[in-house]
Amino acid sequence: MVLKYSSITKKIIMALAGLFLISFLIVHLGINLLILKNDGREAFNLAAHFMVTNPLIQTMQWVLFGGFIIHILLGVVLQIQNWMARPQRYKVEGYSHTSFFSKFMIHTGAIILAFLVLHLINFFFRAKFGEMPGVMIGDQHYEDMGLLVIEKFKSLPYVLIYIFWLLFLGFHLDHAFHSALQSLGLNHNKYTPVAFGISRALAILIAGGFILIPLIIYIS
Amino acid sequence: MDLTLKIWRQKNATSKGKFVTYKVNGISPNSSFLEMMDILNESLVVKGEDPVAFDHDCREGICGACSMYINGRPHGPDKAITTCQLHMRRFKDGDTIVIEPWRARPFPVLKDLIVDRTAFDKIIQAGGYISVNTGGIPDANAIPIPRANAELSMDAAACIGCGACVAACKNASAMLFVSAKVSQFERLPEGKPEAAERGQATVAEIDRLGFGN
Ligand code: HEM
Ligand code: SF4
Ligand code: FES
Repeated sequence: MVLKYSSITKKIIMALAGLFLISFLIVHLGINLLILKNDGREAFNLAAHFMVTNPLIQTMQWVLFGGFIIHILLGVVLQIQNWMARPQRYKVEGYSHTSFFSKFMIHTGAIILAFLVLHLINFFFRAKFGEMPGVMIGDQHYEDMGLLVIEKFKSLPYVLIYIFWLLFLGFHLDHAFHSALQSLGLNHNKYTPVAFGISRALAILIAGGFILIPLIIYIS
Repeated sequence: MDLTLKIWRQKNATSKGKFVTYKVNGISPNSSFLEMMDILNESLVVKGEDPVAFDHDCREGICGACSMYINGRPHGPDKAITTCQLHMRRFKDGDTIVIEPWRARPFPVLKDLIVDRTAFDKIIQAGGYISVNTGGIPDANAIPIPRANAELSMDAAACIGCGACVAACKNASAMLFVSAKVSQFERLPEGKPEAAERGQATVAEIDRLGFGN
């Protein structure tokens, strides 16, 4: 069956891109948590080195970039169409069954995007194009990405901005995983409530996990 | 019961429309919501005012004509019923009730609480049917259908095309309506062969008509 350009196709692509972004976040979090290890940032720096040198990861970086663009563009298109579908709003807004954060996906998404730019400038572009401190691990020279992170999170405003940002990531994720399954037509009497639970758990674990990093670095 | 009603009044499809507040007194808790509206309208007619226009037909919960968005919910606060099956005992004496028409771009208001739902007919015309040649009535048991499929098809066929799903959806999407229409045929041997085209044609039509996603 040919996939035609339609509302359903858009939602399917939106969902696949979103799920892909979730998988990226899980990998990203796994690596970031290494910085909390008390080993002079060795494990973290080695992992960071692997990520910037491995050809497969470098290719995936472009796929990830594309995934973000598609997710954002389609999100904006879908949202504008949805707004246009109801030009006159209700006086009494509906209390029909919807989850709270489902109503604010474009808003939480926009906040994620705004701070994503800041985040990329802070770390990604710095690592790619900027001056990087160095460190010796064994007898090899590595870029000390970990030091960069730790320096940034010694500043309270940065810590607060990141926590704020990550909270909104959590809000977005609360209506993400199960909603993507729904968009893919994977709906089930018994398992859909489980998917809701997974969504909430992902939101708390991913946002919470990322929040721990600036928090612990700042406190210690 | 004495109630305050805030009702959307709009002369015709092109005029602007606004909320008008009415008081109704001495309403029996056992009267239906539409009977309460009838009482209001009788009093308006007596005063020489224009009665509130609203859709209704069977008044027994099967046709889907009645369409009111009551206090933020299509068909009012009860579950799985239409407006005509709602009774005033669900409200308290002294309540204020806000009554609005369905709101969606493909459902333009014609007058007061009546919206034009021909968009749903267009979806059906686009492919929400089974192509069969006319002829004699086929034997009821000639094509065996598994009971589970018959039940699921019947569940989907319970959609009466009222449009409440569009009214309730924050995206004004007609997906629930279309999925009901597509599923009711897809489960049956008569409808199966055209299932894919039916799905594509009806989805293309809801996009064309400007429903949300
Ligand atoms: C790492 C970041 C992100 C992740 C993991 C993520 C994940 C997801 C997932 C899984 C969904 C559910 C898809 C569905 O319902 O089918 C979703 C929906 C959505 N996302 Fe994101 N997202 C992220 C960033 C963003 C950004 C930056 C924006 C926009 C500026 C955005 C806008 C939206 C919108 C508008 C929806 C609702 C789409 C709909 O109507 O179905 N997201 N997101
Ligand atoms: S699916 Fe929509 S149109 Fe059909 S009965 Fe339910 S609310 Fe009404
Ligand atoms: S008037 Fe027929 S369902 Fe309400």
